[in-house]
Amino acid sequence: MSSNCCACVDEKERKLQEIIEKYKNINGALIPVLHEAQDVYGYLPMSVQKKISEKMNIPLSEIYGVVTFYTQFSLKPKGKYKVSTCMGTACYVKGSNLILDKLKEKLGISVGDCSEDGRFSLEACRCIGACGLAPVIMINDDVYGKLSPDDIDKILDKYKDL
Amino acid sequence: MDYFRAHVLICGGTGCTSSHSPKIQQEFADQLEKNNISKEVKIVTTGCFGLCAQGPIVVVYPEGAMYTMVRVEDVKEIVEEHLVKGRLVRRLMAGDTEAEDTSKSLENVGFFKNQVRIALRNCGTINPENIDEYIAYDGYKALQMALTEMKPEDVIAEIKKSGLRGRGGAGFPTGLKWELTAKAEGDDKIIACNADEGDPGAFMDRSVLEGDPHSLIEAMIIAGYAIGANQGYIYVRAEYPIAVKRLNIAIEQAKDYGLLGKNILGTDFSFSLELRLGAGAFVCGEETALITSIEGKRGEPKPKPPFPAVRGLWQKPTLLNNVETYANIPIILTKGADWFTTIGSEKSKGTKVFAVGGKINNTGLVEVPIGTTLREVVYDIGGGIPNGKKFKAAQTGGPSGGCIPASLIDTPIDYETLKEIGSMMGSGGLIIMDEDNCMVDIAKFFLEFTVEESCGKCPPCRIGTKRMLEILERITGGKGEMEDIEKLEILSKNIISSALCGLGQSAPQPVLSTLRYFKDEYIAHVKDKKCPAGVCKSMMRYVIQADLCKSCGICAKNCPVGAITGEKKVPYVIDQDKCIKCGVCMEKCPFKAIFKNV
Ligand SMILES: Cc1cc2nc3c(=O)[nH]c(=O)nc-3n(C[C@H](O)[C@H](O)[C@H](O)COP(=O)(O)O)c2cc1C
Ligand code: SF4
Ligand code: SF4
Ligand code: FES
Ligand code: FES
Repeated sequence: MSSNCCACVDEKERKLQEIIEKYKNINGALIPVLHEAQDVYGYLPMSVQKKISEKMNIPLSEIYGVVTFYTQFSLKPKGKYKVSTCMGTACYVKGSNLILDKLKEKLGISVGDCSEDGRFSLEACRCIGACGLAPVIMINDDVYGKLSPDDIDKILDKYKDL
Repeated sequence: MDYFRAHVLICGGTGCTSSHSPKIQQEFADQLEKNNISKEVKIVTTGCFGLCAQGPIVVVYPEGAMYTMVRVEDVKEIVEEHLVKGRLVRRLMAGDTEAEDTSKSLENVGFFKNQVRIALRNCGTINPENIDEYIAYDGYKALQMALTEMKPEDVIAEIKKSGLRGRGGAGFPTGLKWELTAKAEGDDKIIACNADEGDPGAFMDRSVLEGDPHSLIEAMIIAGYAIGANQGYIYVRAEYPIAVKRLNIAIEQAKDYGLLGKNILGTDFSFSLELRLGAGAFVCGEETALITSIEGKRGEPKPKPPFPAVRGLWQKPTLLNNVETYANIPIILTKGADWFTTIGSEKSKGTKVFAVGGKINNTGLVEVPIGTTLREVVYDIGGGIPNGKKFKAAQTGGPSGGCIPASLIDTPIDYETLKEIGSMMGSGGLIIMDEDNCMVDIAKFFLEFTVEESCGKCPPCRIGTKRMLEILERITGGKGEMEDIEKLEILSKNIISSALCGLGQSAPQPVLSTLRYFKDEYIAHVKDKKCPAGVCKSMMRYVIQADLCKSCGICAKNCPVGAITGEKKVPYVIDQDKCIKCGVCMEKCPFKAIFKNV
């Protein structure tokens, strides 16, 4: 597992240190620091929260409170491919729940989970601003719009052997 | 400056980027190069044109010809025909291509013809990543006027006179808010912008941020001058990466031009601006919660008063306005409040941008004078409902708003008129529903949203909305009773009167308004155990029509739960207790013998 290799652990710690340093003199720095820390680690496990707590001198309980309040912060690791189904209103009235059902069936996981091989994780999100193309899903940074449940197979196939 | 004989505008908004406009842009660059005209024709990346469903959008000037749904394969033709030979590629053009002057296709597209673009004036026209283009369109002229020709009081007076009201939802008079903040005690004041755009299915603010970020920056500097603040914050959703990127670019450019920082335009006024990213919490759109979130804490609302104008960010008087509200400011100063008051309705001046989505032909962004009727928006601009279906209702105000039924389609869209009919203006989400949408299901959808997004600080919202959702789940699950409808009404009243913040206070609105106009649908679910629109799964039954069934057994093979049984020569049957209503059998039956009964 890559997280056991000490070279990259150190690398990540060094980046975290830089991030904290960058926001040292800024009021209300915790949320920007958490955003960037999540970019580095992929998620915010307790170990990372502890480090932030020590280095920023903010009680761990407060950090945990903030992390759990905002849906963008995750305590669980994400898959290599993060599949987000838009469940915003524009997408919902155009049947995004059918798309989500199909994704659950195909990936064999429910919302918030990650597939066993770590390849896919599934999420429901609220409006990514491409409502004109509703219903939409996003896989990492790629947006797929004007979908019907039948399109899902073909889309997922693209990520099969990557 | 280089002279270009033609400009190719390519939409770089979120919608078109999702439908691969960056690839189109690359292909244009290659094709211009191949035809040796890359020195004569300039490619410009713009913000959203508003017609995202028809994207990717390409507009070629000087003709103003709008090409829609452009594919990479089409680019060669546009370059060789239009740009080299001067012949329009009609098959890709939007609008009435039979009209006499087809070249100005932008103007004869019904979608644009009936709009008045003030807040969106530059979206789709300029390159948002180039400050010079903004300046060429009178950008930063209002700032210069304000700083060099007007006293802060004059600026506030002009905004008051314009009658501009907050576009974030509540419609509070903007000039008055500026005056209250200016008069609040304390030397150190703050300007903040609400770019959290929480209403799911709405993207007005996003388009301004992506298509015209400088208009927001200019307005915030003007606001700083008017109320006496030197620091500003833009709180923007983290889900909007393109907007964040363009705002960062715009802030840097404004700094380079001496428009942000110390001694702006050589005066002794200084102002700096910072971005803060949200982290996915709807309640952070509420003003006091937004402020606590910028402070780096859990974004929980606080009781008001004190209002932010008196005690806001870090206890300092804070002016908070919405993106679209700010986008109106520069043009009000350059064109004058008198001009602005000629547009709109008696009580509300100017325009409102709507993100029109759902079951409508032209989904996209629409800016119309306040007081325009819903009918004009749906039919004249929106092009009506697809597939010959009937318009059933429109939802405004998202999870805090309500629906407007077909019988009220001639209602003028204004803050007061919408409130009277149990909906609200909201920030601009306008979702169109047709006969296939179940109104009880929609009410449940919005309540699921508020239950998830309630911050949990106060019990009426935390527990009350949960109880309401449970009742709605019972009703849509076919287990509702008539008292449930009454309980919903009582719970709604209690939550409205006792929740701490606007989220809880408005959460019951979607239920109340659907109850008001579609009570018969609730009753059908409760009494007849039927969902008239055929949406609620628990009330649906899949049945095999015996005389059409050829006993092929394909349905039984595909049923994931083994609910179908039968044997050769005897029609197959579905065991309703086992069936999970996935619909696979109906899809697979080669003889179309399986039907959905509602
Ligand atoms: C739950 C809730 C969510 C809100 N979300 C937003 C939002 O996403 N964007 C916004 O501009 N205003 C939102 N508002 C309204 C703001 O609290 C505030 O009134 C507004 O930003 C003020 O700006 P304005 O006067 O320019 O409209 C929300 C209010 C509530 C109660
Ligand atoms: S009404 Fe809801 S969102 Fe608002 S403070 Fe109470 S619990 Fe939080
Ligand atoms: S709808 Fe699905 S579960 Fe029900 S009988 Fe058909 S295939 Fe089986
Ligand atoms: S509602 Fe799905 S992209 Fe906006
Ligand atoms: S994003 Fe291109 S038209 Fe809206």
